[in-house]
Amino acid sequence: MNLVLTFLVGGALCAAAQILIDKTRLSPARILVGYVVLGVVLFALGIYTPLFEAVGCGISIPLVGFGAAIGKGVKSAVDTDGLLGILTGGLTATSSGITATLFLGFLLSLIAHGKHKKM
Amino acid sequence: MQGLNEKEKSAIIKKCTPKSRVVKNTLSAFFVGGGICLFAELLRRLYIYLGESEENAGIFATLSIVLIGGIFTALGIFDRLARHAGAGTLVPITGFSNSVVSSAIDSASEGYILGVGSKIFTVAGPVILYATVSGVIYGLLYYIYLSL
Amino acid sequence: MSRIIKFATPPTLLSFSAVGGYEERRGPLGDRFDLTDPTEKFGQKTWECAEAEMSRLALNIALGKLGISHTELDLIVAGDLQNQCVASAIGLSSFGVPYLGVYGACSTATESLAVLSLFLSQNGGMGAAVTSSHNSAAERQFRNPIEYGGQRTPTAQWTATAAGAFLLSGAPTERGVRITECMAGRMIDGGTTDATNMGAAMAFAAADSIITYFEQSKRSPTDFDYIVTGDLGAVGTRVLYELLSDKYPSVIARHLDCGNLLYDLKKRDVHSGASGCGTSAAVLSTHFLPMLSRGEIGSILLLSTGALMSPSSVLQGQNIIGIAPAIRIEGVGLRKQPQNGFAGHI
Repeated sequence: MNLVLTFLVGGALCAAAQILIDKTRLSPARILVGYVVLGVVLFALGIYTPLFEAVGCGISIPLVGFGAAIGKGVKSAVDTDGLLGILTGGLTATSSGITATLFLGFLLSLIAHGKHKKM
Repeated sequence: MQGLNEKEKSAIIKKCTPKSRVVKNTLSAFFVGGGICLFAELLRRLYIYLGESEENAGIFATLSIVLIGGIFTALGIFDRLARHAGAGTLVPITGFSNSVVSSAIDSASEGYILGVGSKIFTVAGPVILYATVSGVIYGLLYYIYLSL
Repeated sequence: MSRIIKFATPPTLLSFSAVGGYEERRGPLGDRFDLTDPTEKFGQKTWECAEAEMSRLALNIALGKLGISHTELDLIVAGDLQNQCVASAIGLSSFGVPYLGVYGACSTATESLAVLSLFLSQNGGMGAAVTSSHNSAAERQFRNPIEYGGQRTPTAQWTATAAGAFLLSGAPTERGVRITECMAGRMIDGGTTDATNMGAAMAFAAADSIITYFEQSKRSPTDFDYIVTGDLGAVGTRVLYELLSDKYPSVIARHLDCGNLLYDLKKRDVHSGASGCGTSAAVLSTHFLPMLSRGEIGSILLLSTGALMSPSSVLQGQNIIGIAPAIRIEGVGLRKQPQNGFAGHI
């Protein structure tokens, strides 16, 4: 695995999103949704796994990785549990990330006080 | 001004609207985004080196980035960085962390049940929903494929 | 019928005040605010309450400058940017004065002055017009959580954390700064759904009101020292000039936009300038009214500009509707004796 490739692929995914934000009328939310769906699709087509082996966090840290993790979870759950796996696989695979983020959000909302924006 | 139709108005607006600094924005998104991924990868290798399994090391690296993004948000630094980085902080998992934590902090003034409790998902909701929906669709297709 | 209402007894401005936040203090008009709070919280727990407190403070300061009590007020006309105009209601309810809430988005400063003037010219008495907006309250209501890491487009404007209060009397006076005319604006389709480009959407309404005013009043733009728009910002001003350049170059020559005056436009993140209904209230109070009351200028035409829309209407693909009411503010009997300050002189 090549660290330079990690940097290049991760950077390119962000740069592509930036161009979409600046050049089209797509809102950031739509682009992020596009990226997670892309992640599921890349995994389903068998492209994601070899890419991850080549660049590691370069593809898994951008939101594409979140979609791919859902895809991967669904696939392995369907393999073991059949039909039920369609419903259990996705969120099981991503549970650590979602739970950690939500708990962190709750915890910080107890402590932090918002400050006004500055230019 | 009532004489102008919508097309003519859009044309005038377009003529007067400055362009985004696409090159500069794209370069900073590229370097910041790439940098975050590189940093996460180094963390992942560190966790492997410290004896974690490949799978868990990846999860811990992700969680570390989520934690850093959340803390930067709570300290009021994240939005100032994101202003320059744009998609560079939005697309990595830092953006997800920021969207959840900023919504939570922001809505505390409406209480912890209907404020934080319901509004924590206002920005991150679309990503979670459509990841789940596309996961279910993929699962169905994969199940049908296996049954053939 | 003329759309311009000329007051038989023009109300006189007795006193005015401006309250602002962190960026307003750092802007070119910063030291002329009566009160600014760098935390923008004004001692309150929430941003919404901070905005309410700003309108309360603004009115209190304006009353204090005149040395009178709120019990002498017959009417308050006020508005803000929060849902259901709640900042004005919460901030001003404790005065116990009859109240009319108005909503014209960022055009509220002119709208409230026009409505109050109509009442006072008819009935006499004394009243106050109060307008406020708060950057953080507006971000939360219209855009994203405050700590959300987004990037603003070059057309985006900065909602001002500012409030202004104006005390007017309906009693006839010999000298003073008066509101002599008002005109309601037409609602004009802004031709865009882009809520990050409100200045451009409002420019069509501003142009419509300016053209209508000069057609109907038979006045020339040269009769005014300044023709002032509310918060078109850099982009909206460009659209306005595009619309007026053929027939009204003399308007452009004396045009100023409050959105371009409140902040230092060279700063990167100002982007297209200030917006929010506090913008024209604060700039009127810190810039134009002091000049009028010192007799440095004789009259202005003020058209605060509003973008009528809601987060839902934008998501549902409805175009932004622009609005630009106008008032004529004149200094009478002040030019010859500028040293004799009137009551509102600071």
